[in-house]
Amino acid sequence: MQEMIKERVLTLINEGAADRVLAWETGEFFYDRTPKFFDKNNVNDLKYDSFCGANVTKYLIAEMPKEGKTIVLVKPCDSYSLNQLCTEHRVNREKVYALGVGCRGKIDVEKLRTMGIKGITAITEEGDTLTVSTLYGEKKVARKDALLDKCLCCKGKEHKGVDEVIGDSEETSVGDKFEMVAKLEAMTPDERFEFWRGELSKCIRCNACRNVCPACSCIKCVFDNPKSGVDNKAAADDFEENMFHIIRAYHVAGRCTDCGECSRVCPQGIPLHLLNRKMIKDINELYGDYQAGAEIGQRHPLTDYTLSDDEPSVVHERGGANA
Amino acid sequence: MSVNQEWTPNIVAFCCNWCSYAGADLAGSGRMNYPANVKIIRIPCSCRLNPLFVLRAFQRGADGVILCGCHPGDCHYSTGNYYARRRMTMLFSMLDYLGIERGRTRVEWVSAAEGAKFAATMNDFVKTITDLGENKKLEDLRCKK
Ligand code: SF4
Ligand code: SF4
Ligand code: SF4
Ligand code: FES
Repeated sequence: MQEMIKERVLTLINEGAADRVLAWETGEFFYDRTPKFFDKNNVNDLKYDSFCGANVTKYLIAEMPKEGKTIVLVKPCDSYSLNQLCTEHRVNREKVYALGVGCRGKIDVEKLRTMGIKGITAITEEGDTLTVSTLYGEKKVARKDALLDKCLCCKGKEHKGVDEVIGDSEETSVGDKFEMVAKLEAMTPDERFEFWRGELSKCIRCNACRNVCPACSCIKCVFDNPKSGVDNKAAADDFEENMFHIIRAYHVAGRCTDCGECSRVCPQGIPLHLLNRKMIKDINELYGDYQAGAEIGQRHPLTDYTLSDDEPSVVHERGGANA
Repeated sequence: MSVNQEWTPNIVAFCCNWCSYAGADLAGSGRMNYPANVKIIRIPCSCRLNPLFVLRAFQRGADGVILCGCHPGDCHYSTGNYYARRRMTMLFSMLDYLGIERGRTRVEWVSAAEGAKFAATMNDFVKTITDLGENKKLEDLRCKK
């Protein structure tokens, strides 16, 4: 698929349909795929394979002042982020050529490590099996066991609103994305408090979750404002940790496409998606099913209302065990 | 930490200028009692309440936060309270999800003519918060005296 993509990109650039392409290159380690802009001179270094889990759409924002058109490679999940960025006028759709690329799930090298596979030197795949070469010999792993968590709850393999699609996709979704949220809802408030203290106290405030999020794109951020009380590199106390995470999750409520990037990049393994999905679940239940980024120009649930919306007390009245 | 026998809750009430703030006035001029530990902050419309203000109030020592605005349909900017209603619903839900006690946040619609409702609401809210006790889960140690 990678070669097909390169060829198509070159054709588009040579035809004058675009000037550059936003895709991935190999990063520090052989499995790292970092966002990169290519032009026709270096497009040969473009990578697209099973390690391209990163969502590159946010990088388009900085491209907007430039002349010409940018091709962006989007997996199905990335296409939602692109649409959301356009809806929010962060990206001008007219300056973008969205090239959908097929996806059969992306590999999470961390998962291999937690299986106890150390000293990884190379990973090759054939069908549904990965062959992991390590300093200590070879290991075979089922591909589905090494996929990113986000791929196990994939929104589906339809690219939304792209200009063209290259390559085939395969279904990877196995789970109900709200399962864990429902489990937490069924706990008592004290149990939930304990759970979240345990998770959130691991946060080292690297801000990676903020930086990666396509819905989180302000140039001036409250987390950089020394007067906000939440700008520290390390949280001073529990309150600041809670405050950071409440702000982060709440301010993308209704705009979060559930792209899964925040949880993917968190070096501390904090399940940030459980906060986002709680907001999504609430919105679905209270204001009707809504998928951010499904199309450009949607009015999101928190900038909308109906005359008969529930009163806020509804959140206190719901649920039995956790009352 | 010394045990404070005299503990009374700190309540922050964000009141819309056009209705509940006037309702509070009416309660005052009607000599209706509501506890003095309710600190009213006047806002131009219920939708002025940035959810951050709620967190900030807890940070600075509030034990309960209540928003009072015009009844749905009566907002002086027509729709502000409809937006506020959704925002607060989502915020309260998030706080609940994090395990913060449910009773600490509330929204109540109080018109300028409802002085008695204002006083009753505040009395009831203060009672709820008194029963819940001090806000421990969302306190900021840096702001403790
Ligand atoms: S979430 Fe779906 S579309 Fe996105 S990388 Fe995973 S499998 Fe591909
Ligand atoms: S990525 Fe993880 S550790 Fe870093 S700031 Fe976000 S939650 Fe904290
Ligand atoms: S909050 Fe996380 S899942 Fe949602 S859009 Fe941002 S990075 Fe993606
Ligand atoms: S003016 Fe009172 S709620 Fe909008």
